[in-house]
Amino acid sequence: MSASRSREPRAVRLLLIGLALAAFVLFLLVPLVAVFVEAFRDGARAWLAAVTEPDARLALKLTLLVAAIAVPVNAFFGLAAGWALGKFRFPGRSLVLTLVDLPFAVSPVVAGLVFVLLFGRTGFFGPWLAGRGVEVVFALPGIVLATVFVTFPFVAREVVPLMQSQGTDEEEAARVLGAGFFTTFFRVTLPNVKWALLYGIVLCTARAVGEFGAVSVVSGHVRGETNTLPLHVEALYNEYAFQGAFAAASLLTFVALATMVAKAIVSRRAREEAP
Amino acid sequence: MSIEVRSVSKSFGSFLALDEVSLRVGDGELVALLGPSGGGKTSLLRIIAGLEEPDRGSVHFHGEDATRRDARERRVGFVFQHYALFRRMSVFENVAFGLRVKPRDERPPEAEIRRRVGELLRLVQLDWLGDRLPSELSGGQRQRVALARALAVEPKVLLLDEPFGSLDARVRQELRRWLRRLHDEIRLTSLFVTHDQEEALEVADRVVLLDRGRVVQDGTPADLFERPAGPFVLDFLGSVNIFHGRVENGRAHLGPLSVAYQGAPHDGALPASGYARSWEIDLSRDLGGADGFPAAVRHVAAAGAVVRLELCTDDGTTLKVEISRERFSEIAPSPGDRLRVVPRNVRVFLGGPGRG
Repeated sequence: MSASRSREPRAVRLLLIGLALAAFVLFLLVPLVAVFVEAFRDGARAWLAAVTEPDARLALKLTLLVAAIAVPVNAFFGLAAGWALGKFRFPGRSLVLTLVDLPFAVSPVVAGLVFVLLFGRTGFFGPWLAGRGVEVVFALPGIVLATVFVTFPFVAREVVPLMQSQGTDEEEAARVLGAGFFTTFFRVTLPNVKWALLYGIVLCTARAVGEFGAVSVVSGHVRGETNTLPLHVEALYNEYAFQGAFAAASLLTFVALATMVAKAIVSRRAREEAP
Repeated sequence: MSIEVRSVSKSFGSFLALDEVSLRVGDGELVALLGPSGGGKTSLLRIIAGLEEPDRGSVHFHGEDATRRDARERRVGFVFQHYALFRRMSVFENVAFGLRVKPRDERPPEAEIRRRVGELLRLVQLDWLGDRLPSELSGGQRQRVALARALAVEPKVLLLDEPFGSLDARVRQELRRWLRRLHDEIRLTSLFVTHDQEEALEVADRVVLLDRGRVVQDGTPADLFERPAGPFVLDFLGSVNIFHGRVENGRAHLGPLSVAYQGAPHDGALPASGYARSWEIDLSRDLGGADGFPAAVRHVAAAGAVVRLELCTDDGTTLKVEISRERFSEIAPSPGDRLRVVPRNVRVFLGGPGRG
């Protein structure tokens, strides 16, 4: 075997590898390390105090609550979209297929504004809702709505193409064998997209926890009430409370790292089981 | 249980897939639905299974109208062309599926399911592969799993869509003989779709030939072979030489050929075509004979039970001829030789070149 598998001169190879490494260190590793260095600058005790002070705890709770609602909702919608778009042909199908990606194309700030316009005090449904004592904007429902909107495509994008490529053969086989709709769905359709669904859920969770733009518009920034973790980080940062901001940011970074690990595990399992 | 299809029509958009198709599969019969691809065979099979709805017409099982009955309730075993095995389930679970999804009060106990699945896997000679996933099996093995899965629910009829379509030639031969033996054993009313005439003629009790959504002929393999209903049947069954020409005054003039025509009397000349099967043609060294016409040998394939020759007539038409090995050693033709071609049997049908 030859020593080199590439035909590029050694100098070029070293230069390219060096550039890639430098970019990796500069843009990915340094910021990651910086977050933790800043978070723990005043010691572990200060970090603990910063993440357990009431506002931070409420922000964390709110963030987890929003994700706990938005992710299952989108897992359900994503599966429904995948099933409808992947297994059936109907007029307007390609339009719906395009619309699934809309939240990716629209700036999150615009998405947030849309919800304010629809549900705000002077908005389209605002007066009607206000009359019934329902608060959407500047409250939990608005934050959940905005998060659901922004994270909608994650599950659908993973599940739709897979369901499309798998076709309806197995569902038909199950039907002829006497299986009803739910039996077929839970025994055949769902297991066939299990890993794609999980992958989508992981990405969806990461985005739901980290979403800033859309939530920023609808939340109203009421500290200890409607501030999610990313908004809390920003609020502290604006007040020059850097240590606290970074401590909270380190929590988000933990979520990000956990997401990466989960993503790696899911995609490896998916590859191992791929037929 | 018998299957009866009465004047079923089905179109997809502007494409008419089935046009007033009727057929009957008697109790315990094995019938082949034969025809070129796009002829509507699979649509008909799917309509019988309840996976597709006919635009018009009805489907009857054992004399009972089942047209509006859901696929789940038809008790039909269906073997899909690409098997459609459940990819996440083991071979065992695939076969057990139909039993496991039965309503609680009809579902057999676990031990009974294990016994039945084991029995079926032995029937298809795969009991040693129960733990494998479908992706770990060969094509022929998947085919047999699909069959075992279809049989597990004790269907009243068995429908097979191109059951050997995606297998290689040797496996296909083995499997179709095996299917015939299996059918003789279990005597389940069966209808299978194929585009391979050899397969249909070898395996089936009866063959229904379908072309462009219509039944062209329905009969035993011998019927189709000896009494083809028209030029399409002859052409589709293969290995036929076609001579175009006309009929006039009780004789057909077909290129180099002239034969008596016993069809209905008519005025003037009508376009017609003559069909001679490759084994219904004799060759002779005697170029001066009264019958037939001369042609040059182009190619000789002497390996096999019969010898296949390709000849070229003076007007450039290619002829396919099969002769016995004895005849071959008598005349010993080789490429370049000029021989006399004597068709022993020419079927004449009115109509010009092209189908219909």
